[in-house]
Amino acid sequence: MRELITLRVNGERREVAVLPHHTLLEVLREDLGLTGTKHGCELGECGACTVLIDGVPMLSCLTLPVEVQEAEITTIEGLEQNGKLHPLQETFAELGAAQCGYCTPGILLSGAALLQANPRPSREQIKEALAGNLCRCTGYTKIYEAVEAAAERMQGGAS
Amino acid sequence: MKQQQDEQVQKAHPPYKIIGTPRPKVDAYSKVTGRALYADDIMLPRMLYGRLVRSPHPHARILSIDTHKALELPGVIAIITGEDLPQKYGILPSSQDEYALAIDKVRYVGDPVVAIAALDPDILDEAAKLIHVEYEVLPALMSIDEALAHPEVKINDEARIGNIHKAVSYEFGEVEAGFAEADYIREDWFYYEGNNHAPIEEHACVANWEPNPSDPVGGKLTLWSSTQTPHYVHRELSKVLGIPQSHIRVIAPNVGGGFGGKSDPFSHEICAAELSRRTGRPVKITCTREEVFLIHRGRHPVKMWIKTGVKRDGTLTAMHFRSFLDGGAYGSYGIATTYYTGALQTVTYKLPAYKFEGMRLFTNKPPCGPKRGHGTTQPRYAVEVHMDKIAHDLGMDPVEFRRHNLIEPYTRTVNGLRITSCALSECLDQVVEHSGWKAFRLAKQSGTSDQRTDHADAKSNQTTKRGLGLAASSYICGAGKPIYWNDLPHSAVQIRLDRGGGVTVYCGSTDIGQGSTSILAYIVAEELGIQPEQIHMETADTSLTPVDLGSYSSRVTFMAGNAAIAAARKLKDQLFSVAAEQLHTPVEQLESAGGMIFDTNDPGNTLPFVKAVQLAEARYGALVAAGSYAPPEGIHGDYKGAGVGPSPAYSYSACVAQVAVDVETGEVAVEKLWMAHDVGQSINPLLVAGQVEGGAYMGYGEALMEQQIFRKGRHKIPSLLDYKLATTFDTPEIETILVEVPDREGPFGGKEAGQGPLNPVIPAIANAVYDAIGVRIDEVPITADKVLGALKARGQAKGAGQPPTVKPVEIPSLWPTRLIKWQPEEIELARSNGNGQHADMRVPAKGEKS
Amino acid sequence: MLRLPPFRYLAPHSLDEAAEMLAREGEQAMLVAGGTDLYPNMKRRQFTPRVLIGLRGIASLKGISGSPEQGLRIGAATTLTTIAEHPVIQQYYAALAIAAGSVSTPQLRNAGTLGGNLLLDTRCNYYNQTEFWRQSIGYCMKKDGDICLVAPGSPRCWAISSADTAPVLVSLEAMVRLISARGERLLPVRELFRDDGMHPYTKAADEILSEIILPATDGWHSTYMKLRRRGSFDFPILGVAAALRFADDGNVADARITLGAVASHPVEAKEAASLLVGQRLTPEVIDAAATSAAKRAKPLDNADLTINYRKQVTTVYVRRALNNFIQPTSEKESQ
Repeated sequence: MRELITLRVNGERREVAVLPHHTLLEVLREDLGLTGTKHGCELGECGACTVLIDGVPMLSCLTLPVEVQEAEITTIEGLEQNGKLHPLQETFAELGAAQCGYCTPGILLSGAALLQANPRPSREQIKEALAGNLCRCTGYTKIYEAVEAAAERMQGGAS
Repeated sequence: MKQQQDEQVQKAHPPYKIIGTPRPKVDAYSKVTGRALYADDIMLPRMLYGRLVRSPHPHARILSIDTHKALELPGVIAIITGEDLPQKYGILPSSQDEYALAIDKVRYVGDPVVAIAALDPDILDEAAKLIHVEYEVLPALMSIDEALAHPEVKINDEARIGNIHKAVSYEFGEVEAGFAEADYIREDWFYYEGNNHAPIEEHACVANWEPNPSDPVGGKLTLWSSTQTPHYVHRELSKVLGIPQSHIRVIAPNVGGGFGGKSDPFSHEICAAELSRRTGRPVKITCTREEVFLIHRGRHPVKMWIKTGVKRDGTLTAMHFRSFLDGGAYGSYGIATTYYTGALQTVTYKLPAYKFEGMRLFTNKPPCGPKRGHGTTQPRYAVEVHMDKIAHDLGMDPVEFRRHNLIEPYTRTVNGLRITSCALSECLDQVVEHSGWKAFRLAKQSGTSDQRTDHADAKSNQTTKRGLGLAASSYICGAGKPIYWNDLPHSAVQIRLDRGGGVTVYCGSTDIGQGSTSILAYIVAEELGIQPEQIHMETADTSLTPVDLGSYSSRVTFMAGNAAIAAARKLKDQLFSVAAEQLHTPVEQLESAGGMIFDTNDPGNTLPFVKAVQLAEARYGALVAAGSYAPPEGIHGDYKGAGVGPSPAYSYSACVAQVAVDVETGEVAVEKLWMAHDVGQSINPLLVAGQVEGGAYMGYGEALMEQQIFRKGRHKIPSLLDYKLATTFDTPEIETILVEVPDREGPFGGKEAGQGPLNPVIPAIANAVYDAIGVRIDEVPITADKVLGALKARGQAKGAGQPPTVKPVEIPSLWPTRLIKWQPEEIELARSNGNGQHADMRVPAKGEKS
Repeated sequence: MLRLPPFRYLAPHSLDEAAEMLAREGEQAMLVAGGTDLYPNMKRRQFTPRVLIGLRGIASLKGISGSPEQGLRIGAATTLTTIAEHPVIQQYYAALAIAAGSVSTPQLRNAGTLGGNLLLDTRCNYYNQTEFWRQSIGYCMKKDGDICLVAPGSPRCWAISSADTAPVLVSLEAMVRLISARGERLLPVRELFRDDGMHPYTKAADEILSEIILPATDGWHSTYMKLRRRGSFDFPILGVAAALRFADDGNVADARITLGAVASHPVEAKEAASLLVGQRLTPEVIDAAATSAAKRAKPLDNADLTINYRKQVTTVYVRRALNNFIQPTSEKESQ
């Protein structure tokens, strides 16, 4: 039986009728058309489906929409604000940190949460923050560089 | 790092505006904002969900299939079985051995048997449970040795003798004479376990049949699929479905990584298409991660034996190489893989005589196929470790030993391959210098503890031993021959200029993350003097774009890049001819840059690009041009089987690995990889470095972590938790050095970077482990339990030498195929007659109209 | 895409309400807090509960109170991230902070809870597979079958206790509070476990783990070492939780060593610990204790790497864990 619930996604209130056993991943993608959230295993083993729940990175494949009705959900589509890209989005594009781009939304959200909590992370702290996101293309190097460049940019430093 | 980029910018050839400069990919912003659509993101009205029901047995006869109950389940719309798709197919014309759905027999756990389409995914689950398949279980053969030992258990009818799918045997030059000449001969066995591509995107597709009763074919089919090879999928779909290619459109949307794992035509693609045709509705099939492991087509497990003769001074005199490939249940690319395990031994080091015997066996495992470095990664591991051993035996520095034998640019190999540019020597210089190789070795040899161990390192303790290892390698820039025999272009590009200044580039090439679409945009932008962002790219759509064979064999930059140059130059000629009149300047004096055509002698005398387009359209009519590329003739020998290995150019790579081995636990940490890659000329150094780093990362995982293991006929670990992909914590620091010596035939001198850099990483790590602890693990991956076991075995058998880790293969009789002997003719290749010239020096290739 | 099987979802607002729901729904119901263990298991159809009772909305299940002098009370639904980053836990119950911080990935620790980790389903690489896989090889006794695929002659299930925090809480002598509609009870955490891969917990089906109680530190120091292949994601192949207390003369006054991931329950190496008591932590003493502890590890072929290997390195890991105590004031093992 579907249940009508309200989700707050990217600052928008969305009423949606969900089946209780459909995960947030499925509801975002299949009911709300937010296909920017990806999936690579659906078992919590890759990090591709990472979204922010009240600013905290969590896996949408292991979250039920009914559990996050009160929360602010941020997906990759919400990282861009009023047409302005998040600095991480800029630096990921500029520095080649996205190759196939499939793990990128999850990594950007983990990275955004990191920079929110720690505006000047060390390389080691970046590794820790991204340790739950597998990337098969880049070898992570360009990703670290892009996070560092974004941190610098957010501090007002030009890079 | 920023500094490094600046250096890379400076290295770009001065006349280029776009080529050689770091810049965002043309699809970067759609990827970082979540806008980029991948196959599973496509949702169409009335779309059904499909799923394959797969064999639970590694080897069994199908006695009956009962789908009645499932069909009665509300929400189930269609079910098909093998008899609905009885046409065999396969990526290679010589291995047409797959059915979309099994007929009579299943050959591995995961072989597709039934396909279902239903209203929603929840129904699929229930329906699958209601399908009853009765099997007679047959004995399963799960290894090379079992496949050879039991010829009476025939897995696949493609095998002529027992389970031997393919056996080849070649002798180039005089091998016996070569060995006779040697002062020292060494033999080794190696095993490479094989692994999965594990792209983060699971394979997915959406098929949509649109009926048209007035068409005798009945309608048209569109398939969106996460594929690297839309052209080959197009062909096979047509064959199996009996629909002319004219009525099928295959589109590769954004692809979430491939690495070779998305280059076969797959059952789920064919079944989605057939289910769509039957239901008249779109059908989506998305594989689970487990299914990705089951459909596989990953790196072949290979057992290898090498015998090499060498003179006292280190000169190689002959090599005899044998490979035994575990192919899994079907052919896939396996015949090509078999050849590849032998073909490229000759393009790194000068071998005056070379014998190669390769054999691929069928086993009851998921079919193996091409993975990044296709068939060359395993032998490269074996050869480079073997070389390291010989260097030690001779008391030579492994670098000097290799350097002594390096292949020279613009020569021929003993097996007839044409070598063009080669900067392997520079690559070795770079990694040796950057890694401090010499100082490290001196410290080791003089018995002083090496400085890196002494440097305070929190993790360091007395049980940590450090070592450096080195390896070199080479890879093709595109297969010299297509997968099916033809004399058509391998790649074609069309460009359309719009009177509003719009530029649209059409090419069948498929961007799987490596940036091939961006590369084409940069090349066209450079030629036309505009910005890449100005260009609209249409790729990987068999109805819109001219054929490019696909993203495999590291061919796209070289082949599609050259096709793009050819197409752009035709338009440029038209634009320049009208501009010359307008600017009252001879054509030879014109150049285009920054959206302008200008007189190089009077740069103020300019014509805007848009204006030039309008003038040209007025003069010539619609502005559309095409260029195409096929590799040159005469780049290989004239023996049967010479089609695998030739390439219009070879990239070269060198790697030094620094490892720290914990001798109490056997745990190996790779602390750093120094990578030097001869890319000819980088089109975008950022993307080249990204390919090198990605290859290094993947090589690291293959060397130490990734295991493709089976137990009781089943894949033991088909999940991303148990199949170990390196995380941020594990991945070594990677230092990338790009070596740019332009290739005469490459686009702007460019060569490949997508696959080659992976190859030296695995042997470099293996050699470093030996350097650290004095123990050889002659099989990959080098896991902690193997290291600890070897250390203990050595401790117990003092002075007994190296622990044998790989058992030889018992071949039942003589090599089961006829030996082909071939002698290279002395072919006079023009020695380098230019230094650093690029596109202008290009030899116009066959199929390229100018 | 792997999906969950259907269920009804109930969201109680208080513990009492949850306990009543659980009593009412009976064995068809399961509790879920972070969901990081349960949902993957459900997607693989290792569990197919008709009803899920979600504990996320119960505020009283979250939070940390108390002090090192009196002991700490940790709500069972407190996330592993909260525990790993808690300064008091980091300083006074270091092993718990290390263990909580080593579970899986940041994302899972942000959702996963201490109670959930403690009650992690036992693991086995014949069992933690999809329904397709398990059906293909033949179901095992832990779910839908009646034999053990690791040890086919065995009458019991050998699935492995794989929670990082379980051996730590045993070594810290923590207590747990269990609440049901029938009442509540306090239990030493070691009594929560059973040496049975199929039924690894003594918690009754109608009971809810509400709280974990850490005793006053009272001079105890602790550490945790974990063997795994990768720096994140992986469950322990071996966990060593050691807690020591020193006498004024610098000798060991008291010791506890507990091994994780070597059996269906956390294994206390009491004899090994007793070898330390009254001794100075010399390399010889540590070696003897490590050798003794490792004898308690009897791994089977149902986890990563070989049995032999896992046995061999147990000695090394115990020794290294104990080495951390040689200078108890210096930096703790931070991995």
